[in-house]
Amino acid sequence: MGTQGYLLTVITFLPLLSVAALLMLRSDDQVWIRRIALAASLAEFVVSLLLLRGFDSANPDYQFVEKHAWIGDSIQYHLGVDGISLFLILLTTFLTPLAILCSWESIRDNVKGFFVSLLVIETAMIGVFVSLDLFLFFVFWELTLIPMYFMIGMWGHERRIYAAVKFILYTMFGSILMLVAILWLYGKAGTFDLPDILSLMQSGQLSFPPRTELLLFGAFFIAFAIKVPLFPLHTWLPDAHTEAPTAGSVILAGVMLKLGTYGILRFCLPLFPEAAHRMAQPIAVLAIIGIVYGALVATVQTDLKRLVAYTSVSHLGFVVLGIFAFNTVAIQGAVFQMLSHGVSTGALFLGVGMLYDRRHTHEIKQFGGLATPMPVLMSFFLFIALSSLALPPLNGFIGEFLILIGTFQSHHAWASWAASGAVLSAIYLLWAYQRVALGEVTVEKNKTLPDASMRERIILVTMALAILFMGVASPLFTRRMEVSVNNILEQTSTPRNASRPVGLPRAPYVVALPAHPALAVLAERQVRP
Amino acid sequence: MLLLNHLWIILALPLAGAAINGLFGKRWPQSAVNSVAIGSVVLSFLAAAETVREFCHLAASQIPFIGNYFTWMVGGEATPHPFHVEFALQVDQLTVVMLLVVTFVGMLIHIYSTGYMAHEGGYYRFFSYLNLFMFFMLTLVMAANLIVMFVGWEGVGLCSYLLIGFWFLKKSAADAGKKAFIVTRIGDFGFTVGILIVFATFGTVAFGEIFSQASDKPVDVLTAICLLLFAGAIGKSAQLPLYVWLPDAMEGPTPVSALIHAATMVTAGVYMVARMSPLFSRAPIAMLVVAIVGAVTAFYSATIGLVQTDIKKVLAYSTVSQLGYMFLACGVGAYSAGIFHLMTHAFFKGLLFLAAGSVIHAMGGEQDMMKMGGLRKEIPVTYWTMFIATLAIAGIPGFAGFFSKDAILEAARSGPYANLWLWLLGVAAAGLTSFYMFRLVFLTFFGEPRYDEHKVHVHESPKSMTIPLMVLAFLSIFGGWFAAPKLVGGVDYFERFLAPVFAASSPASDAMSAAAADAAASPAMDLLHALTGWPVIVGVVGLLVAWWFYIKNPDVPKRMAQSVRGLYTLLLNKYYVDEIYAALIVRPLLWISTNVLWHVVDEGLIDGTVNGTATVARESGRQARKLQSGNTRSYAAWVILGAVGFTALLFGLLGVAH
Repeated sequence: MGTQGYLLTVITFLPLLSVAALLMLRSDDQVWIRRIALAASLAEFVVSLLLLRGFDSANPDYQFVEKHAWIGDSIQYHLGVDGISLFLILLTTFLTPLAILCSWESIRDNVKGFFVSLLVIETAMIGVFVSLDLFLFFVFWELTLIPMYFMIGMWGHERRIYAAVKFILYTMFGSILMLVAILWLYGKAGTFDLPDILSLMQSGQLSFPPRTELLLFGAFFIAFAIKVPLFPLHTWLPDAHTEAPTAGSVILAGVMLKLGTYGILRFCLPLFPEAAHRMAQPIAVLAIIGIVYGALVATVQTDLKRLVAYTSVSHLGFVVLGIFAFNTVAIQGAVFQMLSHGVSTGALFLGVGMLYDRRHTHEIKQFGGLATPMPVLMSFFLFIALSSLALPPLNGFIGEFLILIGTFQSHHAWASWAASGAVLSAIYLLWAYQRVALGEVTVEKNKTLPDASMRERIILVTMALAILFMGVASPLFTRRMEVSVNNILEQTSTPRNASRPVGLPRAPYVVALPAHPALAVLAERQVRP
Repeated sequence: MLLLNHLWIILALPLAGAAINGLFGKRWPQSAVNSVAIGSVVLSFLAAAETVREFCHLAASQIPFIGNYFTWMVGGEATPHPFHVEFALQVDQLTVVMLLVVTFVGMLIHIYSTGYMAHEGGYYRFFSYLNLFMFFMLTLVMAANLIVMFVGWEGVGLCSYLLIGFWFLKKSAADAGKKAFIVTRIGDFGFTVGILIVFATFGTVAFGEIFSQASDKPVDVLTAICLLLFAGAIGKSAQLPLYVWLPDAMEGPTPVSALIHAATMVTAGVYMVARMSPLFSRAPIAMLVVAIVGAVTAFYSATIGLVQTDIKKVLAYSTVSQLGYMFLACGVGAYSAGIFHLMTHAFFKGLLFLAAGSVIHAMGGEQDMMKMGGLRKEIPVTYWTMFIATLAIAGIPGFAGFFSKDAILEAARSGPYANLWLWLLGVAAAGLTSFYMFRLVFLTFFGEPRYDEHKVHVHESPKSMTIPLMVLAFLSIFGGWFAAPKLVGGVDYFERFLAPVFAASSPASDAMSAAAADAAASPAMDLLHALTGWPVIVGVVGLLVAWWFYIKNPDVPKRMAQSVRGLYTLLLNKYYVDEIYAALIVRPLLWISTNVLWHVVDEGLIDGTVNGTATVARESGRQARKLQSGNTRSYAAWVILGAVGFTALLFGLLGVAH
């Protein structure tokens, strides 16, 4: 793993550099603030594409590695990407220009502050994805919170303060647990460096007694699960989404939730393999509850944005389920689902934001029959909804199906229950679409609403193309991530847990899933090829 | 081999048509939209025909002919169980039949639509959706693996949703579209899990590879697979208990009802069961379930059809019923008879819908048969073609439906999976079918006009509509004659053509051909036997009863309805199934979601806990404020004390855990 240039540093800090440029502008020079922010984020996207060119998908090691001493000997500036973080970085750099573009006209107060926050978030999120040092990771992790807090609290809607405080308290609670666990790890391993800790574990020089491991796993996992959010830690999400400005929701749903699932994959699994295996069953049960619960609660929402927010609970449930199936296909599906959820749900929020820009409300009752005044916007809205409800051959289908196929290999009941969720997604999305778009125009002032503007069309077309591309060309993604996924799986199945000592305490809450009625006739042993 | 090597062209043509019309059609005149829409489908039909011609020159070993185009989904390629899905298309005899039916009937209905939709808004949108439908339907029938098939399967569902809700300003239309999508999705849950088990069992989703391993797999796994796949078929092909969306789907424009909800999409379930026949045939329980669901649905929905007064609703219940016959055929192992009926049904039911559309067109949008009557002289082409289709569906000898329905009932009576009860249901349904269809014809075309002749200007439809009617009428007569030689002891050419596909699935085929050979001894007796069999008798009885009720004594039906009021109301309200579903499933689910999950669990329990914690924190903060002395040094002391305490606590916790 030699040093391979400074590409990751450039990608990580380019947005921060443009923040410096923004700060030099006068606050009332809104036109140039927007232009520079957009140009910077587009440049960032182009630069991040260089990663694809240099990435070797056959190489199991971290690539584009940079490693320098930072604070003392033990805290290092250690960056690197694998096939998983690679795509999450691209997702971030892809969504940020769109988030800027969607705020073009809707953000009028303190424009400078807004775009500065957005670009700082971009740096912080990319930093999370490239950090290979636990301390560095934690710094970036915390750095994502503050600008997002401001974004909700300052540019949000009516109940923004409540939402922002709830968001920060929930996340900080998790962060503190994780910080303690990180410090504890450091105390045992003498380093914050993730690859070093992993190799210490591989060689047997570092090991944890089962209960300690479980506690450490729990500390990390709760922090990540809040971010995901996993049922029942999800209630900050609907509030944060509903109150956040459109760009905030796009970034929040598009990328920030994935910080949680990414963290689980990157840290919880390889660092605490045994605990991960022991806790897989209860976690999968929570994930499945989330899938169904999120969908059911989404169905009955009266606020469009809240509805979309609850769909995230459902879709991210699939991701967590896929991860804890410990199966290559399922985890590839989970990573793909992270990307495709970022695009689809990001696009849904963009669409909802466009409605909000026109009517300053998210109440579904205030809409109805919008397909008549704005056929273009509503056609895209339907297309995006279809991708979100996993219609093949669009992107949502690929992720969900890979997760189901992979999970089913080892856990029939999990996959079957999760598949039930697919029915529900059709219900909430099509019902919402009907109430918003179809029928006669019910509210007088909706009759004259303008259809999508050129700027909005650019956003929508970009999203639609991404949705279609991911749906049709999925191997371009899954093939690049397979080696990394297998790598994580290998780290997760250490010899220790292959030969688990007898008498080990069972998972604290062993929750058995009832056999799915669809599988009643099926005997477990007979399905193996 | 030009087209066989480029099968994708057949699909790409309608897809291109859909894209062009969808993107640019809005600004174009109707003629331009027409040429794109019809041009693409005609070319697609020609391509399909050429493909079939080339197919006929293939050696048996080259069949099914498979084309791989690109790798669509992969996962775990380096693991022992790689998941690999090619975008692959295939042609075998079964595909040939479906390909020709879909492209030919599709083409006719496209042409018809140019007349029917000429005065509707959203003209380009309609044809864009219709072309898109053709793309997905062709994907469905040409797919070489389960997942590509699923793409077509879901795609036609989408187009069905879009086209049922085509007049989206009407709430009932939007409701019906949504209902269709959601109800079929419930079935698709079964399809999805079925695919999961298939992959877990066979390690592949490609048809050929699945079938070659089918004989090694345990029966109960195959049964589970088949039942789950069949759940998908129940949704898509509108069988009990998921048929409820199809009658509502009549909200869509009538050409859509003809193409999607009669001739092609709704038959996808039958096609799928036939396609998976190597698995079904090894799962006798699943076969029995298929047969029972088919026969019961055939009978059940025929009873509802007896009393409906909306001309399209009668045809909708009739479609559900005829699809039941096709499943009955598959369930008793007579796959080729099922596909045969699928084809003849595409002709005569497509025709019935198009003719009904022509009637509605003539009546200025009226669909209630009670407000029609005496139309036969006003719209003779529509009348004659519809009459032919009715003879065909009623199973009158010589017409297409006779041959296919006879083949099904014959298999139910004497085939390898014969079942007398199911045969009886089938025969009874045949009688009911004949009755409600002639009732429809008599109410519409005979008797005195029951509409206001000053307001409604009845007129025959334009050529673009009547020519497709005539073509389909021709096929409704002669489309079944492939099987005619069998009546005189010869060969059923349709069955023989499909035999290679189903050969592995019909264990008793040798016995049957032997029986056929025996029977060939007396062709005359055979013919006589077929012409005077129970299906024919009940068909004729149905006709006569309808004649007696609706022409001879037109006031009898009303008195009948009075005397058995309870039964009549039950049938008229379709056994209240929609209401039962709403009361038992939909409303409780919404209520629980709102009042338990959202308000109690989310807002009460979880948020309550969070907010409660916050309140406790705030209160303790208020108390702790008293510690604020303003003295910096005391602050510093508190900070250090707190930090040390907290760290000690947590490390202590972890340490204890050692």
